[in-house]
Amino acid sequence: MSDVVEKTLTALPGLLLSLDSQPGAAKLCATSRLGSLVRSITELTSKNVGEEMAEPPAGPLFHTEKPCHVRAIYCEMLGYEASFSYIHAIKLAQQGSVLEKRVGYLAVSLFLHESHDLLLLLVNTVLKDLQSTNLIEVCMALTVVSQIFPKDMIPAVLPLVEDKLTHSKEIIRRKAVLALYKFYLIAPNQVQHIHDKFRKALCDKDPGVMTASLHIYLKLIKESPESYKDLTDSFVTILKQVVGGKLPVDFNYHSVPAPWLQMQLLRILALLGKEDQRTSEMMYEVLDESLRRAEINHNITYAILYECLKTIYTIHPKSELLEKAAKCIGKFVLSPKINLKYLGLKALTYVVQQDPNLALQHQMTIIECLDHSDPIIKRETLELLYRITNGQNVSVIVEKMLDFLRLSKDEYTTIDLVGKVAELAEKYPFPYNSWFIQTMNAIFSIGGDVMQPDIPNNFLRLLAEGFDSDEEDRQLRLLAVDSYLSLLECDTSGLPQRFLQVISWVLGEFSFLKEGLEPADVVERLGKLLDDDAITTETRCWVLAAMSKLCGSSDALCKAEKVAHKYTSCLDTALRQQAVELELLGRDVDLRTRVLPQHVIGFCVWLQVDSSLSFLDGFVSDALARGAAPYKPPHQRQEELSQEKILNFEPYGLSLPVSLSACSLTDRQSPTALSLSSSLSGNSADPPLKAGSNLLKLEGVKRVWGKQGYLPEKQATEEALAQEPSSIFAPSHQQACSESQQTTFSTIVEQDQEKRQLASSLFVGLGSQNAPCLVRTVSQMSVKPTQKRSKTTSIHLTSAFAQNLSDSTSEAVPAVGNTEVVEASEVSSLSGGSGPLAQPSSQVERGLESDLPSRLPATLVGLLRSDVEELCSGESLSLSACKVFDADALVLAIFLSNISDSSIQEVSCLISSEQLKVPEMCSTFSVLSFYLNGLNPQLEGSVSCASQATQSFSLTLSLVDFIRPLPLTTEEYGKMWLSFSHDVKQNLMLLKHEEEDQLEAALTALKEKLCLHIVDVIGAEGIMACQLVSGRPCLLHCHTHGGMLAIWLRSPIADLPDCLLYHCQKAIQER
Amino acid sequence: MIKFLLMVNKQGQIRLSKYYEHIDLAKRASLEVDVIKGCLSRKKEECSFVEYKDYKLVYRQYASLFVMVGVSENENELAVYELVHNFVEVLDKYFSRVIMFNLEKVHVILDEMILNGHIVETNKSRILAPLLVLDKMAES
Repeated sequence: MSDVVEKTLTALPGLLLSLDSQPGAAKLCATSRLGSLVRSITELTSKNVGEEMAEPPAGPLFHTEKPCHVRAIYCEMLGYEASFSYIHAIKLAQQGSVLEKRVGYLAVSLFLHESHDLLLLLVNTVLKDLQSTNLIEVCMALTVVSQIFPKDMIPAVLPLVEDKLTHSKEIIRRKAVLALYKFYLIAPNQVQHIHDKFRKALCDKDPGVMTASLHIYLKLIKESPESYKDLTDSFVTILKQVVGGKLPVDFNYHSVPAPWLQMQLLRILALLGKEDQRTSEMMYEVLDESLRRAEINHNITYAILYECLKTIYTIHPKSELLEKAAKCIGKFVLSPKINLKYLGLKALTYVVQQDPNLALQHQMTIIECLDHSDPIIKRETLELLYRITNGQNVSVIVEKMLDFLRLSKDEYTTIDLVGKVAELAEKYPFPYNSWFIQTMNAIFSIGGDVMQPDIPNNFLRLLAEGFDSDEEDRQLRLLAVDSYLSLLECDTSGLPQRFLQVISWVLGEFSFLKEGLEPADVVERLGKLLDDDAITTETRCWVLAAMSKLCGSSDALCKAEKVAHKYTSCLDTALRQQAVELELLGRDVDLRTRVLPQHVIGFCVWLQVDSSLSFLDGFVSDALARGAAPYKPPHQRQEELSQEKILNFEPYGLSLPVSLSACSLTDRQSPTALSLSSSLSGNSADPPLKAGSNLLKLEGVKRVWGKQGYLPEKQATEEALAQEPSSIFAPSHQQACSESQQTTFSTIVEQDQEKRQLASSLFVGLGSQNAPCLVRTVSQMSVKPTQKRSKTTSIHLTSAFAQNLSDSTSEAVPAVGNTEVVEASEVSSLSGGSGPLAQPSSQVERGLESDLPSRLPATLVGLLRSDVEELCSGESLSLSACKVFDADALVLAIFLSNISDSSIQEVSCLISSEQLKVPEMCSTFSVLSFYLNGLNPQLEGSVSCASQATQSFSLTLSLVDFIRPLPLTTEEYGKMWLSFSHDVKQNLMLLKHEEEDQLEAALTALKEKLCLHIVDVIGAEGIMACQLVSGRPCLLHCHTHGGMLAIWLRSPIADLPDCLLYHCQKAIQER
Repeated sequence: MIKFLLMVNKQGQIRLSKYYEHIDLAKRASLEVDVIKGCLSRKKEECSFVEYKDYKLVYRQYASLFVMVGVSENENELAVYELVHNFVEVLDKYFSRVIMFNLEKVHVILDEMILNGHIVETNKSRILAPLLVLDKMAES
């Protein structure tokens, strides 16, 4: 083969020459790539390989395999695929002499990737070489194994590699450890059993082997620091020895002992000591030593120092060390060497998150770096400033960032930095409204179409939802309108599409705020935008949508229709729809007044959108009746494709709420457009959804504006969401969001004080506009606590039920399962305070508990309920509970009884659930989502009174608690069955074969255990129906044959059938 | 983590490339063009670290030869900067004269020093040991 390649290669230049001489231009073009390859290879041969080739006589060299493969490596390096030589590289590794073997292995490791098929051919060679008596061969095999090895074949070589861990040569042991590290990287499960061998490697007498094992430990500790705390001492000792110069001299690098090893150890220590005082204390001494030793003025010591600083600021702080570390940072940033300055800034960026005051010490250097000629230094400084931004210096910092952005050409930097500026502009109260609008305008025009789509979305939402006062909102919107109108006056051709979209939306929505501005005038200006050919269809849609909103006056309507008419025959469906809708709107005056009420702000409150698209139900069931396949959401289709039995919840949890919130945002943002499409385009469900997914992605958007008055709206939308069939996961998701938001808020509050102080001095010479923003900061601070309060997650039942305690038993009835609970928690928190005397009852007896149920409130009497269960009891208090299955809620009745002879004082009862955040938009959905995760949500609580210590109890909720019968007729059932898309089928074994009517017995069991409604029984088939308390149905179809019960469940909710099936199975088994 | 290492001459021609993450050949070409352009355009007084996408590039010049290393964001740039020097010192020691190109031998040296993007050996004599043995075997 090599001969063939060789011949081809030598023949090629001649061939190429003959081609060159021909005037056939087309042919020449096709071969020019090949030509350049040959030229570069020949060139390389002479320049580089030539050195090597000059030594042995030229003749035989051309016939050995090695240079050929070296050439193939060159080819690949130059970007030309040399796949023809792959198989020969493997062959060479298999058969060549030792030197050739090495080249073969090298070529394999360079050519092939982890999942390449040819790699399998290498396994045998590796096996052979691992068993070789020639150490150098073993070495090679281990090297290639630790570079590239097929995952599936690990078991074949693992025992051999393990053997090598006890080899007498350090190089073999070291390479074996590295090979095991590779295995750990690609298949951690396969090496789980040899973790103790890693420990042996760590204690190896050779420092090289120990160093190799550190790679494994760094990875292991990163994954679970808790399990390796016991090794802290060993790492500290090793570091001490290394720092103390105990290693052989050849480990030194520029007379610094094993610097990279030191850094590795420092990284490990940082992971171990993080948030762990006890472990951190063990390493203070050695860290101090490291700081002291690193005094030689060489780059490498600074590299160690940097790692040391990071460790000191990561672990539990010790003030002396921090002081020393802070001094070291000075060495970096004040250094004239630019590389050190860079690293110093990086360290400072890391450190200011813990201690903002450090930035204060180096403020002059920071300001110098900000004007540095090197853009990388500038960029790093901005990164640092971004971390120390607060309400007062925000305008200065944003200005600096925008300056940098205007000069930067790199797309990646632009995206990153624009995102940061937008975040800062929205996060901090801005000095004045026009600043905010100007900054956002700058962001839009600089960020253009490369920035993250959530930036314009956030901005529009901010404008739409407003802040504290109506007056200020009005002003902000007016400012936006003004600034956009003046922008439209000038040349708009340079503006990015996203910016144009924002402009048209704002003008459509708020231009009426500007007095004396005719809608017709705005329509005309918007119309001018459409004349530009460069404008995309997406933007045209936005413009047309804005125009439809302005169609209030006949003058404007006339103009808008004229524009729209052009697009009614457009090929793009979205654009055509927009145009046709506008035309229809023009013709129908009634409709117009209905969907375009004049001058209403705060539409978010009254807008109601049927996001479940229930008006399409008829259409869907018709289609299904005609035999169309039921719709399956993408995630279900995907799951079916992958055919995995195990439920994977993560993608749902992520994807569903995101797409939902995107929908709801569309709803809020362009109400007119949406209500239009929902009433006009009744035959297609796509447009509103499509618009939502295309334009308004809310992924990862932080809720940075939390002002009073906004929360009720949010709850309202959440409620709307909760009614949506597939929104099972919405509440939990939102909780997660709000929690993270809450934590960011609290940290901001904590740091705010220090930062304000810092910033005023930091930018004292920069002429920042500090004064005007003070008021705003204060006002926002006062808002935050209210936000927090509204998210309290436990129900307080401070027992002050005066009227009830007199007869020694009180009922507190929080309902779980619908919004009642919110009320309950409100009421109970109002009644907080010390409890009055509870009179001892003369007839107190244990037997009293039997008539506890009779004490249920009148509204709950007569409903199905579970048995009263005693949850806990002490000397004086006993607490029992029962679940009452109300039609639309699960009500938890809690009975507190005084079982002592004396009166009880200060009774307090606290119920909470870590898993189930009840008051937060409480609904079955959160229960269900927890349930689906395989967790039974538990309510936990404690009860205490003056004469008795706190006792805790817990109560488990199950999905069954939320299931209610659904009365249906057979016809209704038939119709519903067709329209549900999520189904599960399974055969269950019926244990009792002797029964005559197995079906009926099974159905009865299911009915009793799970509260199902038996709709009909026809022959060997039975149909049943049930619903969740929220009204989401689930239908069951049962069929018996030969001792088996085939159950088929269908529901509009994705995972309900699965979960219910589990309970059916249990019910049948327990029967 | 180290993502790739390139050796490039002053004209921007690649002399050695090693990737520690699989990248398609076509993508390598465009990446190399960007990286080389980014590093060669830097002035002497500017710092040796460059941002490129989500990589940090660390480069070091030796006469007409540039060594460029792409590392992940969280890597200690100065440590990599010095690693490059260590690598060059090893090459210097082995090739005795100027850094010369024996592509496969340089690769062997590199494989001893960096594996899977991690620095695994920095002790010069240990790095060279396997190669010297190979040479001895080839002689005999």
